[in-house]
Amino acid sequence: MVARAAVDFEESRAWTIAAAVPDPEVPCVTVADLGILRSVHIEKNTVIAKLTPTYSGCPAVLAIELAVETALLEAGFDARVERVLSPAWTTDWITKDGREKLREYGIAPPVNGSASKLSLFGKVDVTCPRCASTNTEKLSEFGSTACKAHYRCLSCSEPFDYFKCI
Amino acid sequence: MSAKTPFINVLISLGDDHLILGHRLSEWCGHAPMLEEDLSMPNMALDLLGQARNLYGYAVELEAEGRTEDDIAFLRTDREYKNILMVERPNGDFAHTMLRQFYFAVYMQLFWDDVLANGDARLKEFAAKATKELAYHIRHCGEWLVRLGDGTEESAERMKAAVDALHPYTNELFDITPDFNTCIEDELVPNPETLRKDWNTAIQQIFRQAFLVVPNVQFPQTGGRTGHHTEAFGHLLSELQYMQRAYPGLTW
Repeated sequence: MVARAAVDFEESRAWTIAAAVPDPEVPCVTVADLGILRSVHIEKNTVIAKLTPTYSGCPAVLAIELAVETALLEAGFDARVERVLSPAWTTDWITKDGREKLREYGIAPPVNGSASKLSLFGKVDVTCPRCASTNTEKLSEFGSTACKAHYRCLSCSEPFDYFKCI
Repeated sequence: MSAKTPFINVLISLGDDHLILGHRLSEWCGHAPMLEEDLSMPNMALDLLGQARNLYGYAVELEAEGRTEDDIAFLRTDREYKNILMVERPNGDFAHTMLRQFYFAVYMQLFWDDVLANGDARLKEFAAKATKELAYHIRHCGEWLVRLGDGTEESAERMKAAVDALHPYTNELFDITPDFNTCIEDELVPNPETLRKDWNTAIQQIFRQAFLVVPNVQFPQTGGRTGHHTEAFGHLLSELQYMQRAYPGLTW
């Protein structure tokens, strides 16, 4: 009983450390905000953190995995990162907190609940992260990173990134 | 182990399609007709590269002979690559590039959708992600097909020329090699023949909007699946493999 509780405590400490690692391309959000940190558990004194990639070819995957492992090692854990593909990550897993942080950072968060393939083709109202107007237009389906599209606000004229649904 | 061999070969040939097409697309980086396209093509290339890595990674894992995905990508000779010919063709103009991408993306989406319903368990994991990424490729390239086909006289001419040049290469998408056939029988991958009808429908649908006509192909171009490549392929490999050939064993 006592041993089990000790492990739980260590696990939650490990989770807190792993969860706080920021995304290298969008540093305003953490791996937990994005929902790509799937689980953290301890097995035979080794912390195993499971992460899932956002896109098949996301170049940040290795950097993120390394950052999480490093953070855990620096906190004194023996740590290993495992990549899990299933179930596939969707933008619907970005937390409410994460969405708010994205908006504050100037990136319009993905429209919620629209990550099914059919609705990828539907019309979405993207809200300008600066002035909150929905009078916006898409400039480019693909943006500065795999996960973003480029938009422009027609009310305040500011260009902005949109974290697109997948 | 021997029963796995056809599947390993199929995984590598599919990976080759993705790696080579991704490489071709990435050649546009810095040369695209407009900034937005300079972003879109490397983005799509990145998706293809990620999908290639998944396929190669799975193949070397099943093979269990100590090869890595990098060995597969960089240390084979031209005859060992089994990609279809269409993906290795030089990019041509923007119309050619968008059309080729559309042909390929529509096929792969049908392929992955079928995998999700019936295929190998690990392939399903790749498929869940790839099918959504491809949805963006199909939409993006499809919009360009219509924009160019229904655009100016010049753009329409170029779109038509692209169709004439590329359509003879599309039949190879549906090629069933003996290895592929074994995997179909083992229910690891879909039978490409069953995808043909939906592929034709998707192409015809967008062609109608783009004022394009599906040509009557008299001489389908094939050979890539058996390692018989076009002249352009050697030149592509010399660039793709340059670092590993010049500095063997180099790592980042």
